[in-house]
Amino acid sequence: MGDFSDAFLNARVLARYAPDILQGVWVTLALSVLIVLSGTLLGLALAALRALGPLPLRLPVIAFADIFRALPPLVLILIAYFGLPSVGVFMSSFTVLFVVLTLVLAAFAEEIFWAGITSVPKGQWEAARSTGLSSAQTLVWVVLPQAVRLAIPPLTNRAIAVTKMTALGTVIGVSDILNQATTAQSFSGNASPLLLAAVAYIAIFLPLVVLSRWLETRFAWRRV
Amino acid sequence: MQAFADQFLNLEIMAAAWPTILTGLGMTLVLCAVVVPLGLAGGLATAIAANSQRRWLRWPTVALIDFFRAIPPLVLLIFVYAGLPFAGVRLDPFMAVAFAFLLNNSAYYGEIFRAGLISVPAGQLEAARSTGLGHGQALAYVVLPQALRNVLPDLVSNTVEVVKLTSLASVVSLSEMLHAAQLARSVTYNTSPIVLAALIYLAMLWPVVRLISRFERRLAS
Repeated sequence: MGDFSDAFLNARVLARYAPDILQGVWVTLALSVLIVLSGTLLGLALAALRALGPLPLRLPVIAFADIFRALPPLVLILIAYFGLPSVGVFMSSFTVLFVVLTLVLAAFAEEIFWAGITSVPKGQWEAARSTGLSSAQTLVWVVLPQAVRLAIPPLTNRAIAVTKMTALGTVIGVSDILNQATTAQSFSGNASPLLLAAVAYIAIFLPLVVLSRWLETRFAWRRV
Repeated sequence: MQAFADQFLNLEIMAAAWPTILTGLGMTLVLCAVVVPLGLAGGLATAIAANSQRRWLRWPTVALIDFFRAIPPLVLLIFVYAGLPFAGVRLDPFMAVAFAFLLNNSAYYGEIFRAGLISVPAGQLEAARSTGLGHGQALAYVVLPQALRNVLPDLVSNTVEVVKLTSLASVVSLSEMLHAAQLARSVTYNTSPIVLAALIYLAMLWPVVRLISRFERRLAS
């Protein structure tokens, strides 16, 4: 047991590297907030475009959503990080991670919002249009308020899943929690930083997972 | 445009990397064949425990589900692969991936199965029991088939996520498809091998992703 606590709960190592991991916490939090905001908004915009736009605009939206839902995020991150510089696009690893995960979340959010939009009966569109609202006004004032309500539980789950993927940034050198922890682990030859990192992730994401559970029961009338 | 094609769609380099990537694809498929059934079995056991009448069994199980849903899979994998050796548990990359994914997938599949079990009215279990079936029999023959049908779209959708997740194994140097593609990239200084791997993932998963969209639309309407 002494060996175990020495390897995983080593006070000296923890004190030495806790500030680094705390710095990683801020990077992870900043990335997560940026990704959730921009990914959700982009997904909503794409779903609106799909609802209102002509076919030549709708098809690229569908293709985008399909491709970014089908590809492993790590594959996308590596393609962007290693490929883009040779075609003249230079981004920091932080920016690459932000852009890729925003697009991934946007793809899922678009599908979720779209499922919400299609679940609103056609009669509502017709009724709203007959009162003199334009298509765009109908979407914004009549359809989306109902669609967004349906979208909240699955969107929360998806947003949590995508923000957890910020840990993938470690592979391209983003100094997030996991990266700080693996660096500290190899410097100290001790597993305590990894345990601390796991605790940090639990502290950030467990409340969100519990929140999503609550949202699911609250909006449960969807699935009967 | 030429620079783009050279860097991302270089056919010569793709052809040279093809055998390596194909070997990697084999490992990816083996990995899926191991982690998907393991995750489904672990998830089913988890779900039954999470819906148990016994409080001492139900609460810790739900807590564990949430715990493993809150930890990023890569963090779990690195903890198992690089952290556990400090506790004297040394797993090779394949075992580390299988174990980490068992924990992660049992939580996700478990949550899905749990929702499925809840969706079957309690009267079904009671009626089945009253015909003389045991608790296990009633679950297996009456409740589970209905539960499975109700959550089939979510099961398919999660399985896509699991297949995508196997790419994380490249981080602990398991020679699956992405690892093979990365190797070819580092030799050629060209991104085309990873694009080739992406195209293979797309060929495997795009049809399923389309199917999921269909499912979702049908549920919504």
